[in-house]
Amino acid sequence: MTINIENEKLQEDTQQVESSRRNFIFGSVAAAGLTVAPGVMLYQTANARSLSEKATSKVRWGMLVDTTKKVDWNKCVDACNKEHGLDNEQHSRDDQKTQYIRVVDVKNKGTGYSMSLPVMCQHCEHPPCVDVCPTGASMKRPDGIVLVDRHTCIGCRYCMMACPYKARSFVHETLTDQTENTPRGKGCVESCNMCVNRVDNGQLPACVEVSDGAIVFGDLNDPQSDVSKLLAKHGGKQIRADLKLNPGVHYQGI
Amino acid sequence: MKKLHFLEVEGNTKGFYTFLGLFGLISLIGVLAAYYMEHNGHWVTGMSNQVIWGTPHVFAIFLIVAASGALNVASISSVFAKTTYKPLARLSGILAMALLAGGLVVLLLDLGRPDRLIVAMTKFNFVSIFTWNIFLYTGFMGIVGIYLWTMMDRPYNNFTKKAGMLAFIWRLILTTGTGSIFGFLIAREAYDAALLAPMFVIMSFSYGLAVFMLVLMASYKYTQRNLGDFLVNRLKNLLGVFVAAVFYFVVVYHLTNLYSTDHREITVFILTNGGIYTFLFWVVQIILGTLLPLILLYGPTGKNRTMIGLASVLIILGGLAQLYVIIIGGQVYPMHLFPGMEVSSSFYDGVVASYAPSLPEFLLGLGGVGVALLLVTVAVAALKFLPASLSDEVANPHSK
Repeated sequence: MTINIENEKLQEDTQQVESSRRNFIFGSVAAAGLTVAPGVMLYQTANARSLSEKATSKVRWGMLVDTTKKVDWNKCVDACNKEHGLDNEQHSRDDQKTQYIRVVDVKNKGTGYSMSLPVMCQHCEHPPCVDVCPTGASMKRPDGIVLVDRHTCIGCRYCMMACPYKARSFVHETLTDQTENTPRGKGCVESCNMCVNRVDNGQLPACVEVSDGAIVFGDLNDPQSDVSKLLAKHGGKQIRADLKLNPGVHYQGI
Repeated sequence: MKKLHFLEVEGNTKGFYTFLGLFGLISLIGVLAAYYMEHNGHWVTGMSNQVIWGTPHVFAIFLIVAASGALNVASISSVFAKTTYKPLARLSGILAMALLAGGLVVLLLDLGRPDRLIVAMTKFNFVSIFTWNIFLYTGFMGIVGIYLWTMMDRPYNNFTKKAGMLAFIWRLILTTGTGSIFGFLIAREAYDAALLAPMFVIMSFSYGLAVFMLVLMASYKYTQRNLGDFLVNRLKNLLGVFVAAVFYFVVVYHLTNLYSTDHREITVFILTNGGIYTFLFWVVQIILGTLLPLILLYGPTGKNRTMIGLASVLIILGGLAQLYVIIIGGQVYPMHLFPGMEVSSSFYDGVVASYAPSLPEFLLGLGGVGVALLLVTVAVAALKFLPASLSDEVANPHSK
């Protein structure tokens, strides 16, 4: 019976291919995942949408990164690499390898104050990468997640030129051993997708999960969400807020 | 003034096949270089996640910019009714189309997924300047094609002025669009300037005419046709004016950027301590590509055909250097995530990125030049693009 339900779900998803192939892929991958791993940890079930529903603008996913907490941010990098199957290039030089999230060390030359923070795609409300993409492959979901449709990316790299956060990477070689959730292909641009596969499944993004509470993830549109409450209480800053792109990733202590 | 008479270049000659073979070979090598890059992936190039657009883009943008400039001679003839330039209008049109084709081939073959050309031609994001450019480029081909037709098919001669006007307006928009690819990038300090769009227009005048002069002089030399001083001297004087105009824009661009604190650091980098980029700017772009050609064109050597040719070559080299500095110099300089702070990371934040062009990149770029010249060579042999003679008796309206 369970299998039948899952099959029906798959068929439903299949019917939506024309309107949204992306939803289908995420949907079927997640449906398959649910079949084989029924015990997966579910998070904030109230916020998780059914896979047959489209992402909605009622939700805006975002994060608050507390840079004042003493956390080894490299754990986030490792978790991200593992989740998305990164750092598996055989030929690429270091400056050609993909990084979805990186640790940036910042020092004020005048005062000597220094800090470290993780920087990934900032999931802007007005993303320049989406504006410049000629084919619409670089896109923003209604729920604020910015990602690349790898079926329509032609590899022109204009989005990489446009991103003020240097959040994007170009796949410089043929890749093997990819993870199920993150198909990656030579000649396409990629970046942090806020672990859309996990979020759609009610889970936390990989970096958040290992951050020992230093990164809080949630719905910025919901005043009752943890992230909104923390932002309301402590405030938060966005990197290069002067550009008025209104990123979904906020920081404390920068 | 003698009657103007257009004639195809004789195709069945050793000289013609030599040029055909040479340009064909350069094009073929370019295609093979592209295949090598696509087959392996871009790791075989000097490009990276920091220097995203490399040498192929320098060549491609040079060719595209020069394409719209090459059309100028025709525009002066049809739009501004200067009949002196009428004998050159056909060559001007076909050269413009060929240069654009060469540039687009390079841009296309450098894509990560050139096999998805059909996606680029069917899925559009109309907010993207790239999308506008797809329409501007294809439109340019169509409009200049019609323009040439009205020039070359006698019953349609009456439409030449209208077609020429449309082509002229279109080419201005096209180069503005090409300049805007960079001008609208708020993220990068080197590019964030609306001035880039008009600067690209004036650059196109200069590059396009320099290429046109070389093609014109070479065509007439190697087909033993007569090319009088009257036209050449007018064109070279015009070329000098364009070179000076580009120089003016370059000065204003850098002065404006020096004045604004936001852009001062990148400007100081390019002008004083940018290594290869500073060298290319001062030595190749300014001294060899601007000042020396002005001396050659307006000085005592001004009427010497070899020196005019040398000046044109230098202007082209200066133009390539200028685009190299704008495109690659603008990318190697780090973006400021935290303005005023020192930053570092595993992703090369805060450091000047290194870039060395690889051979395949260079060959792909050169292949675009080969494609453009190959197309022109075939065209002038197939149809009547070149006047049989451009001697002063034919070209000078005041000659008896």
